[in-house]
Amino acid sequence: MYDPASAIKGKQAVFEAHPENTAVKALADLATDAKFDRAELTLTVARENIVAAAKAVQQAGYNFLEDVTAVDWYPSEPRFQISYSILSHKLKERVRLVVRLDGEDAALDSITSVWPSANFYEREVFDLFGVHFGGHPNLRRIMMPEDWKGHPLRKDYPVEGYR
Amino acid sequence: MTPPVEELTGVAAIDPGIDDLIANSARNRQNPPSKDQTMIINMGPQHPSTHGVLRLVIEVDGETIVGLAPDIGYLHTGIEKTCEAKFYQQVVPMTDRIDYLCPMTNNLAYALAVEKLLGLEIPERAQYLRVLFNELTRIQSHLVWLGTHAMDIGALTVFLYCFREREDLLRIFEAVAGQRMMTSYVRVGGLSLEPPRDIYEKIRTFLKNFPAHVDEYEGLLQTNPIWMNRLKGVGYLSAEDAIALGVTGPPLRASGVDFDVRRDMPYSGYEKFQFNVPVSDVGDVWARYIVRMQEFRESVKICLQALDGLPEGHIVADAPKIILPNREQMKTQMESLIHHFKIVTEGFGVPAGEATSSVEAPHGMMNYYVVSDGTAKPYRVHMRNPGFATLQALETMCKGRLLADVVAVIGSIDIVLGEIDR
Repeated sequence: MYDPASAIKGKQAVFEAHPENTAVKALADLATDAKFDRAELTLTVARENIVAAAKAVQQAGYNFLEDVTAVDWYPSEPRFQISYSILSHKLKERVRLVVRLDGEDAALDSITSVWPSANFYEREVFDLFGVHFGGHPNLRRIMMPEDWKGHPLRKDYPVEGYR
Repeated sequence: MTPPVEELTGVAAIDPGIDDLIANSARNRQNPPSKDQTMIINMGPQHPSTHGVLRLVIEVDGETIVGLAPDIGYLHTGIEKTCEAKFYQQVVPMTDRIDYLCPMTNNLAYALAVEKLLGLEIPERAQYLRVLFNELTRIQSHLVWLGTHAMDIGALTVFLYCFREREDLLRIFEAVAGQRMMTSYVRVGGLSLEPPRDIYEKIRTFLKNFPAHVDEYEGLLQTNPIWMNRLKGVGYLSAEDAIALGVTGPPLRASGVDFDVRRDMPYSGYEKFQFNVPVSDVGDVWARYIVRMQEFRESVKICLQALDGLPEGHIVADAPKIILPNREQMKTQMESLIHHFKIVTEGFGVPAGEATSSVEAPHGMMNYYVVSDGTAKPYRVHMRNPGFATLQALETMCKGRLLADVVAVIGSIDIVLGEIDR
């Protein structure tokens, strides 16, 4: 069974345990926090730095953006966690970049300039969570109708009946 | 554009002659068409070739495509939201509904993510059976792809043949899981049932006959000049574009990127199997067809290895607080009865954290991202389905081609709208 004590938490500890990891090396300056848990590397970056961080891991060989998604930790703050799952076809490794956002001002820069595939993923996060991506070429709803009120995957969205 | 009435008098105006036609077409080629020369065509939301509810807004100049925008969002199953209200084990039947052509692959991807969160060790027999039925699911899904793709282009016979073979597979699934399409066979911690003893012989018979059927399809299609001309050189996608646009699976390998999750980041014991990963660097619809036809044969190889090497043992992990006890134990042992009651009424807690699983589904790479807050219900389940990303590449593949080519290209990326619109 899984033992929570096996996780390595904190930037210092992860960077000491995996000094040779390509993503760790690439984000030595930009990452603010790190976690190595269940054989998965998670690096936290500040929201101003997400485009720079995406470019840095791309140059380090992580060439494929698999997914952008969000988790709503309502009612705690910072409320939103945006997770970027990035894969390297050559290294056969993946790294997860995480940005934490406050509920009041849920906005960050789009990484469509680094990976065009972020277009649909970010539109999905915008549609279902209401997180705004600055610089996105076409930030419209993708699944819900244009005139839909609210963002269904938020935790405070009513599940049953009318509000 | 309708010319003014007075211009229609005189032979030259009605029949402009071949020189004028050439001059006109040359002008159209050199200058990008302005808005008043193009027309918007709506394909779908219920077009038979879009394989579900998908609307494509296509801007055409004559018959040439100059712009294309997919408009998804008609199903509204709300599946990710629903998962948050279920116990971990109850999410498994939900994952069947994501992609109805490969339910077992979806079950497996979800189970792998939760098992990673739990740190569960799965017995080898369960892993071999998971691989076996996943590869049978791949054959089944590819059969539907080949049949409907051929039918879109106009070859109806192949469609009937493919569904004949698919029926054999669905009967096998029914005997194993009790259901033809929504199998829910893979569970967190193992499998739901031990397959009946006589099923292995039936699978062997199917695998023995199947390569001859693949030859039959190839004989029907690859000697057909219409099929060849509709596929070759159509829907080109370069390797750089494929990676930039998030394309995975057979379309990625047909563009020349040699990456397969089964081989490169093995899961569920795939590292024990010998198989080739078909790759083509041509990047058109024809290459995607060839890659999938070769995958048929590789899947047969993997299935035979799984049958030959199938070890004895349990099909569920040794974790009484997570796996339901069998009926006999439940009736004779008090402990088992308590576990059964607790699991059914309260579910099981999963240590807090997040995990991503990644499997190679028939349509491409499928990831499940499961976040746990330590309770018995998942805090968040996110599915990264291959069709959603591949759909972004449709415009790149279709631009500059004719309207009729859209049908061939959609068939070649093999989309299922259940996985695109959640």
